[in-house]
Amino acid sequence: MAATRRRGGIDQPPNPIGIALGSLVIVVFFAFPYALMLISSLKSREDIAKIPPDYLPASPQWDNYLTVWASNVAPGGALLATTVIALGATLLVLLVATPAAYYIARFRFPGRLAFLFLVLITQMLQPTVLAVGLYQEFSSWRGPLVWVALILINAAFNLSFAIWIMQAFFASVPKEVDEAALIDGAGRLQTLFRISLPLVWPGIVTAIVFVFVNTWNEYAAAFILVQDPALQPLTVAMPRFLGLYVRDWQYLFTTAMVAVVPVIILFAFIERRLIGGLTAGAVK
Amino acid sequence: MTAPRRRGRAHEVRAALPWLVPTLILIVGVVLYPAVLMGWTATRKYNAYGVERGPAGWDNFVGPAGALTFPTVPIPQILINTVVWVVVVVAITVALSLLLAQFLNQKFRGRKLLRLVIILPWASSVVMTATVFNYGLQTDVGLFNRLLVDTGILEAAYGFTKNPTSAFWVAVFVAIYVSLPFTTYTILAGLQAVPEDILEAAHMDGANRFQRYTRIVLPMLRPALLVATLINIINVFNSLPILKILNETPGYNTGHTTTTLIFEYKAQLGPGVASALSLVNFAFCLVVIAIYLAAVQPTKEV
Repeated sequence: MAATRRRGGIDQPPNPIGIALGSLVIVVFFAFPYALMLISSLKSREDIAKIPPDYLPASPQWDNYLTVWASNVAPGGALLATTVIALGATLLVLLVATPAAYYIARFRFPGRLAFLFLVLITQMLQPTVLAVGLYQEFSSWRGPLVWVALILINAAFNLSFAIWIMQAFFASVPKEVDEAALIDGAGRLQTLFRISLPLVWPGIVTAIVFVFVNTWNEYAAAFILVQDPALQPLTVAMPRFLGLYVRDWQYLFTTAMVAVVPVIILFAFIERRLIGGLTAGAVK
Repeated sequence: MTAPRRRGRAHEVRAALPWLVPTLILIVGVVLYPAVLMGWTATRKYNAYGVERGPAGWDNFVGPAGALTFPTVPIPQILINTVVWVVVVVAITVALSLLLAQFLNQKFRGRKLLRLVIILPWASSVVMTATVFNYGLQTDVGLFNRLLVDTGILEAAYGFTKNPTSAFWVAVFVAIYVSLPFTTYTILAGLQAVPEDILEAAHMDGANRFQRYTRIVLPMLRPALLVATLINIINVFNSLPILKILNETPGYNTGHTTTTLIFEYKAQLGPGVASALSLVNFAFCLVVIAIYLAAVQPTKEV
C-alpha cells in the first residue's frame, strides 16, 4: 500500500520473513489456551477422561453445546445471572457516570478537585481489598437480591474508569457547541442529550463495553456473596462441573466458550477505539 | 472563552450536585462504607459464629491468633511472595508489552487481525483462562503435560498445580499472560502519539534505530508507561482467581500472596482477622505504589 512506501523513508520496509515469524509466534502464544478450550469442549466424557489424553477428540461432539444445558450443573441459570448482573451494572454506570462526566468536563465549581480525587481513590480500591467489608454489608441480601448487590458493587467499582473516559470525550467537544444550543433556548439536560451525547457516542460505547466486560468476568465479589448455587454467575459456578467422582471438563469448557465468545466479539467491535479510549483520560 | 458569571460558591455547588449525587451515593455506599466497616471490624473480637464480642485492640493484627502472627501461617514467605508476585509480573509484562507494541506498530498486512488475537486473554475472563491452564497442567488428563513429555522437556507428567511453589510460578506466568493485552494496547496508544516527523528529523541527523528508540520514543512513552504500570500494579496486587485456581494445595501454604490469604482467613478465622489482613494488604499496596512513584517521579516532567 501507499502508506507502507511513504514510511519506508525512515526505516527499511519491514522484513517480510521477520513479520511472518513474529506473527506466527504471537498467534500461537495468544491462541493456544483458547484452542485447548475449544478442543476440550468437543470431547466426549470418555475422551476427556483418557490417560494420557489424546490431542484431538476422536470425533467432535458438537452436541456437547446442547446437552450441557441439561447436565447436572445446568449452566443456563449461571448464564442468566451473569447476563442480568452485567447488563444491570452497565446500565447503572451509564445512568450515573454520564451526567457526572459531562458536568466535570464542562464546569469549574468548588469541590471539583475533591470530587475528582474521590473518583481516583475508587480506582485504586477493588472488590478483593474490600471483600470482607462488602460481605458484611451485603451478606443479608438473600435470594435474587444478591444480584442487585452485585450490580451495585460492579457499578461502583467500574464507575471511576467510566467517568474518566467519558469526561475526556466530553472535554474534546468544543464548549461553543453547547453554548450555541443554550443560547438557542435549549435546557442543560436537553443540550446534553441532543447535542453532546451524539458527539461523544464513541467514548460512551468504549466505556460501556469496558464496564460490561469487567462485570461479565468479575469473580471476587460474586465468590464471597453468592452461596446459593442457583444464583451463582458463570465465573463462580464453573468449578461445580468438577465433582468428586465425575469431572466434566468437556462441559466446563463448552460453558467457558459460551461465556467467552460474545465478549470477544464485543471487544472486536471496539478494537479501534481501545487505542484512543484507553489513554484519553490518563494522558490529558 | 466567556468568563463564568460570579455567583456564590454555595450556588455553584448546588447547581453541580444533581449531576454528581448519584456517583457520590454509589461511591460512599458501596466503596467507602465497607472500607470504614472493615476498619471497625478489624478492631473487634468475634466468636466462632461470627458474632461480635467487644473490642480486640491490636489482637486481630498481632495477637496470639492475629493476621500477621497466626502460628501455622508462613507469613514471611507470603510477604516475599507478594512482592515477587507484583514486581516480577508487572516488570515482565511491561517489558514484553514494549516489544509487542513495537512489533504491532509496524505497517504490514494482517496486523489488525493480529491485534484481535492479542485481545483474547483480555476478553476472556481470568477465571476461564486460569482454568484452562489448570486443566492443561493436570498430571493425568492434562494436554500441556502430555506435550511437555512428548517433546522431551519433561520425563514424566508433573503435578504443577499440586505443589505450592510450582503452582505459584505457573500463576506468575498466567498473570503475565492476562496482563499483556491491556498493557500492549496502552503502549500502542502511546506509540501512535509519537510524531513521525520528529523521528524523521532524528534520522536525518544521523541517529540510528536504537538511538531513536531510547532517546525519542521511550521518553515520549513515559505517560503511557506510567499509566499502564500503575494500573497493572493495582490489578496484579489484588488478583485473586489466578492463584486461587492454580494453587490446588488447601489451607495455609507457601503459594499464597497476602490477597489470597485474606480469603483463607475469612473462611477459617472470621471477619476480624480477615479485615485486619485486608487493611495491612491495602497499606502494603499503597507502599508499593509509593515506592514506584518515588522511583519514577511522574511530576518531574509536567
